Amino acid sequence: MKRLSGRRGLRTLLLAAGAALALLPPAGAFSQSAVDEIAKYRQQLQDGNPAELWEARGEALWKTKRGPRNVSMEGCDLGKGPGVVKGAYAELPRYFADADRVMDLETRLVHCMTTQQGFSFAEATRRPFGAGSNRSDFESLAAWITSESKGVTMNVALSHPKEREAYQIGEKIFYFRGGPHDFACATCHGESGKRIRLQDLPNLTEKAGAQLAYTTWPAYRVSQGELRTFQWRLNDCYRQQRFPDLKFTSDASIALTAFLARNANGAAFNAPAIKR
Amino acid sequence: MNSRRPTKAILAAIAAIAAGCASMSDQEASQKALQLMKSSFSERGQAKLDRLDQDESQRLCSKPPSHELAKETSARIEKENLASIRYPADGKLMGDWKNGERIAQSGQGMQFNDDPKRPSGANCYACHQLSKQEISFGTIGPSLYQYGKLRGTSEAIQRYTYGKVYNSQAFTACSNMPRFGHNRILTEQQMKDVTALLLDPNSPVNK
Repeated sequence: MKRLSGRRGLRTLLLAAGAALALLPPAGAFSQSAVDEIAKYRQQLQDGNPAELWEARGEALWKTKRGPRNVSMEGCDLGKGPGVVKGAYAELPRYFADADRVMDLETRLVHCMTTQQGFSFAEATRRPFGAGSNRSDFESLAAWITSESKGVTMNVALSHPKEREAYQIGEKIFYFRGGPHDFACATCHGESGKRIRLQDLPNLTEKAGAQLAYTTWPAYRVSQGELRTFQWRLNDCYRQQRFPDLKFTSDASIALTAFLARNANGAAFNAPAIKR
Repeated sequence: MNSRRPTKAILAAIAAIAAGCASMSDQEASQKALQLMKSSFSERGQAKLDRLDQDESQRLCSKPPSHELAKETSARIEKENLASIRYPADGKLMGDWKNGERIAQSGQGMQFNDDPKRPSGANCYACHQLSKQEISFGTIGPSLYQYGKLRGTSEAIQRYTYGKVYNSQAFTACSNMPRFGHNRILTEQQMKDVTALLLDPNSPVNK
């Protein structure tokens, strides 16, 4: 590692020089590198976020009477009392005494769909992730519920023993290497300033990286035309890690989310975001 | 001084007991994490649950960077991985760099949604710079541009390069790089082709 620091210093210097050049009036050409072009593309994306379509559908879903018992989700307690949505996501995952379990948002939604609306677990979790016209209720509900935490400071507590246990286990899972490629979450997200191809990778072991990453999910993925939740993010990371299929709302997914969400504490929540 | 020491010791003991109550031991957390993972994944396509069964290298390397491995442990990991390398029976270590370039570009293979009948890629560019032409490269691994030009193509370099692709942890314990031969990600011919991509003087890596 030490040997690299000299080179890194040089790279920083070159980057700084590049940044200084960028301030000069452009002489015909627009950008210095493909990385700059991508940064510009990302900036342009911020102007209009189709996540609003999911948010509108989610709000309607929350308020619609559904299920065998024909009740809405408005009696659902996301941690701040029945029906309180504002700021709830910034405190999840958390321990819920009525289920004696730490739950993330999607897990809590399944809980309310089964205990209040009367859906079976299989019915409720039939479609965790949407594809085209086959929309996922979770993606819509999560879009709306998380939008109600926009600007709220992340504040995930570790006050209950089960919350501390989930965090501790989540950390272990983060570093767990397995599969034919020996990949752990930490393989790609354990160092700062790294990228895969041209995609920047957040360092989730550092506060700044965890904050930037966690507070920008859910996100509308331009490449897929879908709004994706944090459960989807974890599932698709594990697909690329060559692991088996991470079960929707599984204990490992909740523990890992607890670890990452807690590490993002102190940052303003800023999703649904829009990503490439 | 003397009167202070016992107080400090008592405080330290109280803190240790409190910490013990607050959290599981590290080992207990590892065991629980494994249990939880086994119940949290389902088999899909070619990705079976045995992918969660760690070999010793995986288990020892599943630690935060703050847990630095003891020198003997690193040495043991490297020794065991070195012993796993199988060199081609025909003695030829360099194949076709053009095929090597295709393998280096491809990220196909072994994901639960991949067709197991299609050959896997190595996806070298995901983490390494290789040729000057390909500007879409990652930086998790070091740049390999000019790899062969800097090292030459001696028998020793060929053996090291093929061996590194076959099992990276033979040379660096807990390397982030997949063990392409050891874990049967690439075939022998594919590893020869990747070796050629890195070493052949005509390869874009060395231009």
